[in-house]
Amino acid sequence: MSDAPLIEVKDLGVRLNTSHGPAQAVRGVSFALRRGETLGLVGESGCGKSVTALALMGLLPDSAVISGSIRLDGAELVGLPDTAYCRLRGNRISMIFQEPMTALNPMHTIGHQVAEPLLRHTGVSAAEARHEAIALLDRVGLPDAAKRVDAYPHQFSGGQRQRITIAMALACQPDVLIADEPTTALDVTIQGQILDLIASLVEERGMSMILISHDLGVIAENVERMMVMYGGTVVESGETNAVFTRMGHPYTQGLFRARPRLGARKGTRLKTIAGTVPELADLPAGCTFADRCTIAEARCRAALPAVVDVGAAHGVRCIRTDVSMDAGGVGA
Amino acid sequence: MSAPLTAPAGTAAIPPGARPVTGFWRRALRHRSFVLGAVLSLFVLGAALLSLVWTPWSAYDIDVASKLHPPSAAHWLGTDVLGRDIVSLLLVGARSTIMVGVIAVGIGLSFGVGLGLVAAARKGWTEELIMRMSDFTFAFPAVLSAIMLAAVAGPGMVTSITAIGIFQIPTFVRVTRGSANAIWAREFVLAARAAGKGSFRITIEHVLPNILSILIVQATIQFALAILAEAALSYLGLGTQPPQPSWGRMLNDAQTLLFQSPMLAVYPGAAIAIAVLGLNLLGDGLRDLLDPRLARER
Repeated sequence: MSDAPLIEVKDLGVRLNTSHGPAQAVRGVSFALRRGETLGLVGESGCGKSVTALALMGLLPDSAVISGSIRLDGAELVGLPDTAYCRLRGNRISMIFQEPMTALNPMHTIGHQVAEPLLRHTGVSAAEARHEAIALLDRVGLPDAAKRVDAYPHQFSGGQRQRITIAMALACQPDVLIADEPTTALDVTIQGQILDLIASLVEERGMSMILISHDLGVIAENVERMMVMYGGTVVESGETNAVFTRMGHPYTQGLFRARPRLGARKGTRLKTIAGTVPELADLPAGCTFADRCTIAEARCRAALPAVVDVGAAHGVRCIRTDVSMDAGGVGA
Repeated sequence: MSAPLTAPAGTAAIPPGARPVTGFWRRALRHRSFVLGAVLSLFVLGAALLSLVWTPWSAYDIDVASKLHPPSAAHWLGTDVLGRDIVSLLLVGARSTIMVGVIAVGIGLSFGVGLGLVAAARKGWTEELIMRMSDFTFAFPAVLSAIMLAAVAGPGMVTSITAIGIFQIPTFVRVTRGSANAIWAREFVLAARAAGKGSFRITIEHVLPNILSILIVQATIQFALAILAEAALSYLGLGTQPPQPSWGRMLNDAQTLLFQSPMLAVYPGAAIAIAVLGLNLLGDGLRDLLDPRLARER
């Protein structure tokens, strides 16, 4: 395994044109991912996780303005023409989506949809692609793959459909897999199975994975490194273990406290983070979390805080880490 | 749908309902308005085809001596003011009606669907331009453009086909673009893009198949409108020219004799009504039958 990063994102910024005017959906996101590494993105809805993922895939609307740099194996992807991007998508970078019920085309058989990226990117014959599709469907644990390859998406359950979309995403043995909330729409009992499947496939094929989730538990168990996003910026990043042991940012701590717990006394209220996510079209000048933060001061609102290193490769975008981490970084 | 891949041995036992089209005809035959619409439409089509090989009398021979005969064994529905056999006129008229309808809808479909798909795929100013152009065409009264065309090119079947065809384009542009936009917003299109497909392939493989049923239904309804428009233009003397019989012309001829022989207006009127009703019922039936989601719930 070489040390050169497979994906290197530097100072990524995305401005979207929304009905409320231009919105800076992502600001100053930087990270590097080596081959075989796994990275988690956590945050609430609208914090810029999915926009970051779509920017990596080159799937943002044409009206979006992207700044900074995204490099895949050293090659710049920002500003790459769509035809060139089409050769990468599904081939070197793949994506799994949140909603398996709608991510498959109801008009085509699942075999056709799984074989499609193979036919498109690898130049195999139709018969070979079909054979490979059956093997893939078998690998992702679809029962009776050889018999059901000609069935249509509506004949499968949600969990089975998510297995099919995983087979689609993995067809061409991509280098990078982006999983955008792959289990959010599934039953809890299925969630674990799907995550285990993704983890074993990532390991088996030596892929890098970016796992997006709003669920800290999912992140804690499935990735080596994590980034917490809020208001379009990364507020905390580091090794998953390090972050969970010493949470530096008040937002991460708030997220952790807000998780439901088994065995809590009956009638115990869940802790919440007061306030709501700021409108991306109308972000405050300083720390994006300042309005909801219990330890915010005037200087927090003056300018976006710089990232402070609080440990080995563990960065926190907060100027009050002395207080926040002193207060016992761990919520448990 | 394309199935170039052969199933491996032992896969014959596909579970029932494996394809959305399974049992299409079984369901179709139980769908009352579809059956009625199909019967009426086939009746008109049959009349047009029959007229190619046989009519009781020639539809072009004038026999003033036997004009305005009441229905008899010789002339089943009587004769018109020029002594032509009504049945023969109706049969041959069905031909021009269907021809105008097919070609005009063909023009509307090919241009309208193409432009609509481009508008949905390209977005931005391309979409704006296409939509504003179709608004412009739409805002222009069809009869007025037909009169204009007739003034330039002279009245006749080609003129009426062109005028009706052009008038059909914006409807198809709108229907196509609207439903295509809805498909473009679906997650499976995003998934297809994530799999590396370009907008052309997505349009052909994902958008078009998913809006096809909408287009088929719209086409049958537009066919009915084209028949009405053809009748109207012929009635105004801008469409099919004599001696070529057409239902609209027959109505026009009957107008002056409305009190002497009212039935002369009823026959072509009924023929138009049957064709339009049949196509509309057929369209409704197809809409129900072609939707795989509705099909499952039945």
